[in-house]
Amino acid sequence: MHIMEGFLPVEHALGWSLASAPFVAWGVHSMHRQLQTRPEQRMLLGISAAFVFVLSALKLPSVTGSCSHPTGVGLGALLFGPLAMVPVGLVVLLFQALLLAHGGVTTLGANLFSLAIVGPFVATALFRLGRRFGLPLAGCVFTAACLGDLSTYLTTSIQLAWAFPDPAGGFFASLAKFGGIFAITQIPLAISEGLLTVLVVNALARFNAEELKRLPLFAQQGGGA
Amino acid sequence: MKKQNWLIVAAVVFLSALPLWLVPHLDIGTAGSPDGRPAKVFQGADDRARQAIGDLAPDYKPWFSPLLEPASTEIASLLFALQAAIGAGFIGYWLGSAITREKLLRRGNQDAEAHVD
Repeated sequence: MHIMEGFLPVEHALGWSLASAPFVAWGVHSMHRQLQTRPEQRMLLGISAAFVFVLSALKLPSVTGSCSHPTGVGLGALLFGPLAMVPVGLVVLLFQALLLAHGGVTTLGANLFSLAIVGPFVATALFRLGRRFGLPLAGCVFTAACLGDLSTYLTTSIQLAWAFPDPAGGFFASLAKFGGIFAITQIPLAISEGLLTVLVVNALARFNAEELKRLPLFAQQGGGA
Repeated sequence: MKKQNWLIVAAVVFLSALPLWLVPHLDIGTAGSPDGRPAKVFQGADDRARQAIGDLAPDYKPWFSPLLEPASTEIASLLFALQAAIGAGFIGYWLGSAITREKLLRRGNQDAEAHVD
């Protein structure tokens, strides 16, 4: 999902940066406030960030014959809400943009928007919806993390199709092309991410049941797997 | 619960290994681009997207280049491994301390019960 350095036209790069900026400020503020009221949750936040670090470093092969990586932002979004993942995503993307030439400074806004804003918000919304309908916890976690991951790659495809419409077929022909590269490749990886997120939530439910119960998203239904 | 966790691990390994076998057998993604460049198998999706941009807008020139590039692919994989190691290290630390905490709590409870008797 990393749009490479310099590969978005100036106005798109600027536009996405402006779109992401308020979420960064809001996210840092929200994370700060959460940690001040509940310092015991630092461990859970650390695990969420660590999960993003591991998963976004793993480039896995996919059935389309290319490689991509999961995002890992679903877990933190379910535990702390989508905003807390914005600063975490920013740290990972900056590390990769500055040291690895993976992604870039000019495309940071666009990449942040897909990875740390759309993905977590989709994951949280689906999780809430599933729980409201009384679906089992593991199923909700899986669906939220899996489709949150896919939504990130779909966003990248839309961003690129918007910036580079097909000369003949326009936006939608271009979207089909980028969607084939990103979204289709991502399907098996998104399933893996969903499964791994269930694994971590299982472990958290066993070892950190008390902390989990105090999290707003889990508290409604009382936690437990 | 334990069985479910092992099944999940097995499914993830299977999902990651399956393409390695499937792709060469079914000849997916090796057709190359319209202009005859051969496609590299298991290339990064980000690189494929860059090629697609080249096809859609041949005149587009990237207007900014990375400030710092890894000196080689080995250095790049070193940094990616470092990133994963930091994450995995933290998760391992938490899991280890969580298991130990549970064990000590259980032992503490047993001791307390023994004293009551």
